[in-house]
Amino acid sequence: MSLKSSQMPNYQRRKVTDAIMRGLVLFATACAIVPLVLIVGYVVVVGGSALNWEFFTDVYQPPMTVTTMDMIGAAPTGDAPFDPNDPFANLDPEALIGAEAGDEKGANILEAPARGGVFHAIVGTLLVTSLAVLIAMPIGILAGVFLSEFPDNSVAIVVRFACDVLSGAPSIIVGVTAYILVVNATNPNTGQPYGFSGIAGAIALTFLMVPTITRTTEEVLKLVPEATREAALAMGATTWYSTFTVVIPTALSGIVTGVMLAFARGAGETAPLILTVLGSNVLVTGLLQPIAALPLVTYRYTESPFPSENTLAWGSAFVLMMLVLLVNILVRIATRNRLRTH
Amino acid sequence: MAGAKAQTTTNFRERLAQRTQHGDSIFWAVTLFFALAVIALVVAIGWVTWNDSALARERFGIGFFASSEWNPVETEVSPESFGAVPAIVGTLISSLIALILAAPIAVGIGIFLAELCPLSLRTPLSFMVELLAAIPSVIYGVWGVMVFAPFFTQHVAMPLSESMREIIPWLSSSQVAAGRGLLIAGIILAIMILPTIAAITRDVLTLVPNTQREVLLALGATKWEVIWLAVVPYARAGIVGGVMLGLGRALGETMAATMLVGNRPQVPGSLLEPATTAAALIASELINAQSLLHESALVLIALTLFVITLLLNLIARLLIWFVNRGPVGSVRA
Repeated sequence: MSLKSSQMPNYQRRKVTDAIMRGLVLFATACAIVPLVLIVGYVVVVGGSALNWEFFTDVYQPPMTVTTMDMIGAAPTGDAPFDPNDPFANLDPEALIGAEAGDEKGANILEAPARGGVFHAIVGTLLVTSLAVLIAMPIGILAGVFLSEFPDNSVAIVVRFACDVLSGAPSIIVGVTAYILVVNATNPNTGQPYGFSGIAGAIALTFLMVPTITRTTEEVLKLVPEATREAALAMGATTWYSTFTVVIPTALSGIVTGVMLAFARGAGETAPLILTVLGSNVLVTGLLQPIAALPLVTYRYTESPFPSENTLAWGSAFVLMMLVLLVNILVRIATRNRLRTH
Repeated sequence: MAGAKAQTTTNFRERLAQRTQHGDSIFWAVTLFFALAVIALVVAIGWVTWNDSALARERFGIGFFASSEWNPVETEVSPESFGAVPAIVGTLISSLIALILAAPIAVGIGIFLAELCPLSLRTPLSFMVELLAAIPSVIYGVWGVMVFAPFFTQHVAMPLSESMREIIPWLSSSQVAAGRGLLIAGIILAIMILPTIAAITRDVLTLVPNTQREVLLALGATKWEVIWLAVVPYARAGIVGGVMLGLGRALGETMAATMLVGNRPQVPGSLLEPATTAAALIASELINAQSLLHESALVLIALTLFVITLLLNLIARLLIWFVNRGPVGSVRA
């Protein structure tokens, strides 16, 4: 009797606690979803509306340009002859930012429509990130092969730890390292520092890509069944021959996955690029000079006071986010198929 | 005769070894070389930052971490001097705000995803959380600057500053209209590290063996009691590890901090005043360094940040590794 009566209120209390705590957990999830949905939503809606053909094909255009012709008097106030002592007398600001004649007075530079695009940044990001992938791929893949084929030795343990350190290190530190190693290093031919360049940026990104590629390669090579390796060895193949002709081809899609994830991570990194490639407003295709990059223009144009440049920032944020999401979703689909066939 | 036979066997073994292991030592050496290259990358970071901070270390010594002077421009009245306190204080406070806001919510999401979520929603929601963790931080910065900062300044920071002027001075500031400060940076950092902590919490919770749940269910426990008494304690070390990884990300985060903290290298009197963090200070000043000493001081801050995040990562990985191995702490029977 006492058992039941003493447990009934207890059970009520426990049921209420259960309901409250479950509700709190649900509430926490809802709380977190709101800002995250807001961020993605804003980037998709505002960034998406900033996109047009010009955005992808044109390079940066300043919000306002003044040419000699404007000064000399093509503008409506140009009845007066050109006065070299006051070259701006004939300027009509509204005409310069592309306002139509019938527009309200007071249209100013802060309401100028977006001009130009980020073609230079797309080219720069592709160049710098591709070079970084090219440097990081041999290091990452072969180190991953070492970890999976010779797994139990002291070097392997240290390499795994080094990977964790690299993937956990703040990206600005990697930028500082590349800045000192490359940008600040003295060129023996000229006696001057090498300066900011696409190569310096690629070297910085390499630091960040190597751990991703190494660990993914190790994981997928470990998924290759031991029997596959043994079959190759039984045919008389050497370890290296079986690794390169049997093991790696079997796991190839997984390795490609790792490389793609590394590309996506590198393409979105901003902090190391500030210290290494610096950025540029013109189309640059040489990797030996400062070059533009999507995350850099996103950052710089966000800080800009001109709404037309802010629009470009939203647009490039959208492109950047889509790039990263697309790669991750593709990887997800690819790995799902691989797991099914096994 | 016997000797000749032994000779043939040895020859055969050698030829067999030659045929089946030909080039394997080269293969081992080549892969070892690239494996060592990975270690070399870490060593390079440590070596370069150590070497390049020599000037500041010699000049300021340990006092660097106790001085709050940050004056990169030499003038007649104020000599060039550098101290890490503004960067350290800003980094710690903004990360702490981020952690206090994000950790409970993120652990809640992890519990929801691993234990309570309907099965049909589990995979898509978990995948969404992982996607959000992969979004570049500059995008959080763009949203913070363009959308959140104006809203927050107008509707939260200004009324807060107004009402707290007499009561809590560090929640009030005359510079609140700038819309930059440790509080807003901390909030954006919290949003950024939410997916990271949530994803790891979910992972370690799904590793908890089902017997752990079944025993408590058999005793008549409610769903929440199962989670709180059997699942979470079992995975406690891993959850703490995930929170520490999140803290590591907040400490080292550069872009969102640079864009929202205000980049003013002084110890702020209030959470609503422009301040700086270690990463933001490096990002905003290194390429414009006024002198070798200025550069060296910034590199010393980078070295400190590297060592701290390295230790945090080490502890976090160890904790997660313990969970993967099996039960720890009070649950170990």
